[in-house]
Amino acid sequence: MTDQSQRTLATAASQGRPPLTKPARRDFFGRLTPALVKHRPLVLKLVSAAVVFGAWEIAGRIPVSYAFPTFIESMAALWSMTVDGSLFVAYGETLKPLVVGILISTFIGVAVGMWIGLAKWADWLFSPIFIVMQAAPLAALIPLLVMIYGIGLTSKVFVVCIMAMPVIVLNTAGAVRNTPSSFIEMGQSFLASRAEVIGKIILPAASPVIFSGLRLGVSAGFIGAILAELKITPTGVGDIISYSRSVADYASMYAAIFSIIVLAVVFLNLLERIELTLFEGNARGYASD
Amino acid sequence: MAMPQTKPAPVATTDIAVSARSVSKTYGETEALRDMTIEFPRGQLTSLLGPSGCGKTTLLKIIAGLLEPNSGTIEVNGKPVTGPGEDRAFVFQDFALLPWASVMRNVAFGLELRGVAKSEREAIAAKYIADVGLKGFEKSFPHELSGGMRQRVGLARALSVNADVLLMDEPFSAVDEQTRRKFQEDLLSLVQNENKTFIFVTHSIEEAVYVSDQIALLLPRPSRVSEIIRPSGLRMKDVDNIRRDPEYLDTVDRIWALLRSYVE
Repeated sequence: MTDQSQRTLATAASQGRPPLTKPARRDFFGRLTPALVKHRPLVLKLVSAAVVFGAWEIAGRIPVSYAFPTFIESMAALWSMTVDGSLFVAYGETLKPLVVGILISTFIGVAVGMWIGLAKWADWLFSPIFIVMQAAPLAALIPLLVMIYGIGLTSKVFVVCIMAMPVIVLNTAGAVRNTPSSFIEMGQSFLASRAEVIGKIILPAASPVIFSGLRLGVSAGFIGAILAELKITPTGVGDIISYSRSVADYASMYAAIFSIIVLAVVFLNLLERIELTLFEGNARGYASD
Repeated sequence: MAMPQTKPAPVATTDIAVSARSVSKTYGETEALRDMTIEFPRGQLTSLLGPSGCGKTTLLKIIAGLLEPNSGTIEVNGKPVTGPGEDRAFVFQDFALLPWASVMRNVAFGLELRGVAKSEREAIAAKYIADVGLKGFEKSFPHELSGGMRQRVGLARALSVNADVLLMDEPFSAVDEQTRRKFQEDLLSLVQNENKTFIFVTHSIEEAVYVSDQIALLLPRPSRVSEIIRPSGLRMKDVDNIRRDPEYLDTVDRIWALLRSYVE
């Protein structure tokens, strides 16, 4: 605990890290490109996207099926839908049940999950509901939902919630239950109130798993929203998909599917950003590892 | 079988900071502590030493107010313990650092929970971070530190709340041997310079003899204090000479002779 030991540690840390400017890779023509090294994750993403789209293009040109358009045709269809505004109108419809459903699933899901994780009797009371919900074949339940709630927004929100909520609840409950007991004892020994133990220790400790549940929940919610539009009433993006198919405009159909995948990916990245801003240290591993 | 009677060593010259009176604790069928009575003199370091399963950590957690005894009382500064209190701070075996919080926030966490304003608690925390030799690491996260540095953070957190009694649960068992030796030396100067009472759980005989003013030897099933050993001559010695002092070596041997039959 002297200055000297601290200095030794500090120099060791600075020497242990390889210098960032060292050019380690050569580009396609054998030239050294520090920029390529620096942006390697981005470059890799672009390369893998190019491979997938290239394969799509080739498969469309063979063609593997009459109903399988090329990548370029699909993108052209996407562009024309974007330009004439029909895509935005469609998303205006689709996003309504999706956003409402995901917001409900997130807030109620995390709250119920916390409750299940903290109180044993809540576990007995609620867990079976969500386990059954997770196992239930949703498509078979849709006629029942339509019978009860009609063909409007309510039914669609329900479909999104049924898809999204169980995984959020169960992940949250598991994460809360698995909070290291020494964290809780630490809080108690330093005089934390029950609310402080929950808010300052359990919730942040559980957040990585809660957020991975949210990511799974959101992707399931996207599936739910599209499923609702295909199975209940064709509106929004689901309408584009089923209408284009019925008139054999496969390029538009694939364009719509492609756009929903892109939107889901953007949404998930956004969620990751939120997580990183909220709990900076969590992203870098655990002290007790 | 006659129960060995507990005989706390008479401590006439110093007053008692913490005392446990006939404390018993059972977990279901298992009897962890039976009728344990022990006193901890103020300003000194008392080790709780014994084989695993002897209830030393249980006793420490009861003193901390984290566990409730089935019977018996704990008094800290003459006041009975009903739960965790401002007069005690805990150092954990696995450090119990919050991985999402910086070193600064971790050290200041005890003060944060006591409602100390941010600027004030960070000033106090900065002092203790420097004291334990981590100046410059305030913004680091726990996973960026070595095991030894993490436990320094845990120690700084316990020191920053300025409690009278420091409860340490095998604090050096998760760090490497060299770091542990350095910690033991630092602990000796800490005991000398801070007027605090230290209660130190360990399973290492050498460590206990090296750092303690008083060693409470606990024997298992059910746990009881079998002997209080006070290595009186060692505290006057220079830290470099303790390990070759005859009293040190004799005490280590004597404790091992007492414990040998209890180790499976």
